[in-house]
Amino acid sequence: MRADAQKRRARKRNLIYILFLLPGLIYLLINDYIPMFGVFIAFKNIDYGKGIFKSDWIGLQNFRFLFKTKDALIMTRNTLLYNLVFIVLGTVFAIFVAILLCELGEKLSARIFQSALILPYLLSWVIISYVVFAFLSSDTGYVNKAILEPAGKSGVNWYGESFYWIFILIFVYLWKSAGYQSIVYMANIAGIDSSIKEAARIDGANKLQEIRYVVLPLLKPTVIIMTLMAVGRIFYSDFGLFYQVPMDSGALYPTTQTIDTYVYRGLMKLNDIGMASAAGVYQSMVGFVLVLLSNLAVRRIDPDNALF
Amino acid sequence: MKRKVNSEKAFHAFAFAVLLLLAVICILPVGLVVIASFTDEHTLLAQGYRFLPEKYSLAAYQYLWKQSAMMLRAYGVSIFVTAAGTCVSVILSMMFAYPLSRKDFKYRNLFSFLVFFTMLFSGGIVPSYMMWSSFFHIKDSILALIIPTYLMSAFHILLIRNYYTNSIPNELVEAARIDGASELLIFGRIMLPLSVPVIATVGLFTGLAYWNDWINGLYYINDPKLYSIQNLLIRLMNNIQYLNSGAAAGAISGGISTLPSTSVRMAIAVVGVIPVVIAYPFLQKYLIRGTVMGAVKG
Repeated sequence: MRADAQKRRARKRNLIYILFLLPGLIYLLINDYIPMFGVFIAFKNIDYGKGIFKSDWIGLQNFRFLFKTKDALIMTRNTLLYNLVFIVLGTVFAIFVAILLCELGEKLSARIFQSALILPYLLSWVIISYVVFAFLSSDTGYVNKAILEPAGKSGVNWYGESFYWIFILIFVYLWKSAGYQSIVYMANIAGIDSSIKEAARIDGANKLQEIRYVVLPLLKPTVIIMTLMAVGRIFYSDFGLFYQVPMDSGALYPTTQTIDTYVYRGLMKLNDIGMASAAGVYQSMVGFVLVLLSNLAVRRIDPDNALF
Repeated sequence: MKRKVNSEKAFHAFAFAVLLLLAVICILPVGLVVIASFTDEHTLLAQGYRFLPEKYSLAAYQYLWKQSAMMLRAYGVSIFVTAAGTCVSVILSMMFAYPLSRKDFKYRNLFSFLVFFTMLFSGGIVPSYMMWSSFFHIKDSILALIIPTYLMSAFHILLIRNYYTNSIPNELVEAARIDGASELLIFGRIMLPLSVPVIATVGLFTGLAYWNDWINGLYYINDPKLYSIQNLLIRLMNNIQYLNSGAAAGAISGGISTLPSTSVRMAIAVVGVIPVVIAYPFLQKYLIRGTVMGAVKG
């Protein structure tokens, strides 16, 4: 009898738990799961006259068209290479900043510096595109008007010269995110047992040796985990950085087109659903494999940090 | 011994100098935008954006003040979307995370997996856009700025669930249960009040995401009445004359005859950043806490 009552109570509680989940669950199913099944769009010739479901199946034709274009190569190359540079330089800068901030310790100056370094992270890409425009506008920009022209050089049409954007985008990325990313490394450095540093000092290590032989080795696990997680996202790019900051300028596509901007332009500007959805599925599938692989690697190194 | 002290002092000075430089690099570009908004239009056109312009002017802000209808409207949209989106998002996430933190919930692993899986795979923007626009007909409604993408984040649910499991003693829940408290009461009277730090963290992350979002607007909003401040800024970057168009045009009568377009643009950007700057001192603490909590999984 009592076991029965207990079972009934457990069942009732599980039911209540599901009620707690319900609103979020509905959202999750609509926002995340239905679009997952929507990848079938890429295998159809979408004709709004017939409707999405009744449009003709065309197999891999969209993909064949996509990979015949130059765009496929350019957007894949750009997405991968920018991400690689971001991972390497981003990590180096973040650790550099974290070490310097930790050196200043609890001082007020450290807190003020950190506030300044995180500020760009809080700005939207739209605002950042305004900041960049203030520097690079060809008529009134700071670089042309206050640096190049007084030096007797002619101004550059920044939004028309794709080559420069390789460096501009990398700089803007680091400017926005290095300070924020340093937070994780700072927490790590702050967590280092001070007796280890003390021991190194007694052994005669100077500051640089302490960083080289004590701090960096202790950061290694975090660096590896963070890098692997970033590698899992290497097929995705920040749409704002590559679309809004270059002002969607067509002349810049060779160095600013990534998979995300291509999908947006295909879907919203060119109305080419076939290409856009093929590129989207390409990104989802390769991205999925990469996340799985990187997570597998993370789990081997540090199971606690693995997603699953 | 003395040399070592010197090397340490030198490094300390080096750290200070480099950080000072980096801090300046982070702040100054934003400063250029702020100064540009206070620069006289003719000076701007002749000399470009300068850190020390020849002539300052409040014309841009005067213009915004007189022409405020369009901007106030966009501001209102941004505030509403941020407030509504953040509240709903926090409530949904807190509720969703609660059963996931209870060991006696039979389907805990199943639903945890459903959340995790969204971090691993996504159908991408094309099916998502088609669903929201052709099936739910969300285009040109305020809901389009709130519902797609941002309402729930797997990362936040993870954060809250870990907080529930690690920071709220299970004994408290058990004791309340013995006293006959219902789950709703436990959630409302124990979990929520004890979760203020994580609510603040998740709320600020979400609020920042909503305030800074322009992508939903880009995809789903064509009606200028529903522009958020970010979307208004995008529109003005492409066409500053837009400020003079439409309903707002009637408002100009004498006074400022020409639009100080170059500086007005920057003034609106400044006005769009102000709420973030005001919230920043509160934001920073929770931003740091949340980032550390998220990276070092409990």
